[in-house]
Amino acid sequence: MSKALKTVAIVGAVAASLAAHTTTASAQAKEKCYGIALAGQNDCAAGPGTTCAGSSTVDYQGNAWKLVDAGTCVTMEKDGNRMGSLEPLDRDLPQG
Amino acid sequence: MTCQTLFRSGLLNPAAPVPDGLTDAQARPAGRRYGVYRNNVTVSLREALAQGFPSLFGLIGRENFDHVARAYLRQSPPVSPLMMHYGATLPEFLATVDQLGHLPYLGDVARIDVAMRQSYHAADSTGIDATALQALDEETLLATRFRFAPSMILLRSRFSIGSIWQYTLRGGAKPQGAAEDVLILRAEYDPEPYVLGSGAGDVVQALQAGAPFGAALDAGGEAFDLSALLHLLLSHQAITGLDT
Amino acid sequence: MPDATHAFPHLPTLPGVGYKPQHFADIMADPSPVGWLEIHAENYMGDGGRPLAQLRVLSERFPISVHGVGLSIGGEGRLDPDHLARLKHLCDWLNPASFSEHLAWSTHDSHFLNDLLPLPYTNDTLTRVADHIDEVQSVLGRKMLLENPSSYLAFAESTWSETDFLAEIVRRTGCGLLLDVNNVFVSATNLDYSPQGYIDAYPLEAVGEIHLGGHDEDEDDFGAPLLIDSHGREVVDPVWALLDHTLGRSGPKPLLVEWDTDVPEWPVLADEARRAARALTRVLA
Repeated sequence: MSKALKTVAIVGAVAASLAAHTTTASAQAKEKCYGIALAGQNDCAAGPGTTCAGSSTVDYQGNAWKLVDAGTCVTMEKDGNRMGSLEPLDRDLPQG
Repeated sequence: MTCQTLFRSGLLNPAAPVPDGLTDAQARPAGRRYGVYRNNVTVSLREALAQGFPSLFGLIGRENFDHVARAYLRQSPPVSPLMMHYGATLPEFLATVDQLGHLPYLGDVARIDVAMRQSYHAADSTGIDATALQALDEETLLATRFRFAPSMILLRSRFSIGSIWQYTLRGGAKPQGAAEDVLILRAEYDPEPYVLGSGAGDVVQALQAGAPFGAALDAGGEAFDLSALLHLLLSHQAITGLDT
Repeated sequence: MPDATHAFPHLPTLPGVGYKPQHFADIMADPSPVGWLEIHAENYMGDGGRPLAQLRVLSERFPISVHGVGLSIGGEGRLDPDHLARLKHLCDWLNPASFSEHLAWSTHDSHFLNDLLPLPYTNDTLTRVADHIDEVQSVLGRKMLLENPSSYLAFAESTWSETDFLAEIVRRTGCGLLLDVNNVFVSATNLDYSPQGYIDAYPLEAVGEIHLGGHDEDEDDFGAPLLIDSHGREVVDPVWALLDHTLGRSGPKPLLVEWDTDVPEWPVLADEARRAARALTRVLA
């Protein structure tokens, strides 16, 4: 089989396997309204009063803070995993 | 200087004095009362970033995140009233933070957070009936250009960003250091990031750029699995039109 | 997405709540005693997805109030034409029962500061706000309601009382008012005046909607109470009493309970709405 013919056969097979699926998807649209919402909303509430969050000068001049060990970036590196110090792979990425 | 320029001047600059002309009921200087607005602005923007960047938040933890967010929001307050879009430039900003220099993948993982929000709010669309592809003859199929859902977003990285995202937000196996292409797809209303197999990122990128199907497939290389990619795209209603 | 089929010309004189997406299923199952919903306009300005799909479903069943939080009507600069166009698009699509915004500013030199910032009450700011409201009402093709702010400080240069300022805005523009009685209580406490006196001086005949919400307590440099409009807890008893005082003078109005931070489970919010319903029952009796 030529490469083109093989491609056509694959497309046909995948399309056939999905033909039934796609016709029922939109019928579920209303129920999908019940799913989760992403956060990050506008609102008109005020913040935490006179706490010092807005008046802290720690970050105002450059990088005057120290990284603390926290988050999954730390746990990923444990046991010799090399994520944190990972060297970028030699890979020529097209800009997309 | 106008009244609001003066009022604005200290909101994101804690070193600036409380502007003149602001008082309490007894005409005494406003002091901490002005600090309420400083806090409102700073904390509301910081929390918007914390909610908008769940994987970055999980990767570096609350304390580090707050420092990064505060530095970013002071340098780059929103330029639109739509908070759903705030933070689009945070991934690039991360590269300028010295303390994060040993975590070079952070920016690319944070791009997943940005893209998930973009996808969530993208316009609705309807996928093609899969049989429309099946019906094309060989020559037409290979010359066909695909149109994609506005909610579909391709991210390509030198790092294993999809696995890191997954590990940080949902647990599972520790990521290994390998380049990953991530395709965000939204079948109905919930975007989901998928790590693509070998060559699939090149094919999707070529198709997005308008290459005919046949030419795009040539970008995939030997190990490219067409069946897997097509199944992913069609089952998520990601192909919205065919230009034959 | 086709136009929503929204057929509610007015907000009913019933309790409403600020809509939170996590309550969608509860509201669809049993909204009582809530008779209408308010949304923040900016959260429905995306191109599509679940927010607009939910709004479409809700709008077929409930009167919707669109409450803007980002137009910066009190800003010194001109209104953002892109944002005004987005508001028009949303209102044309939804045809809401009400549109409201704030006596405040939030955008300056093209930066959006995500807070409702205060303005002094002077002849200049009066003219500017009135011009902006004229523009909004002209572009949207509908009357808007203007909400009184929560104040944490005063401006030495102010020459108008807030109530006179609002009454003059109404006279010049024909807009209506959204009276937030929690904001009145917060501002009156923070700036040491009588909240009842404020209500008595306020142009109640222009009120199209009343807001209720919870606040936090802090203090200023001198140890004086400083209330923060956090929308993060139940409405306190003195604010319910101020509502009774208000309704006694104004008659029944659409009442909205706002709860924006630390949002509770639906039954807690529904209980607050029930308390608002009882306040309406009392004034009707």
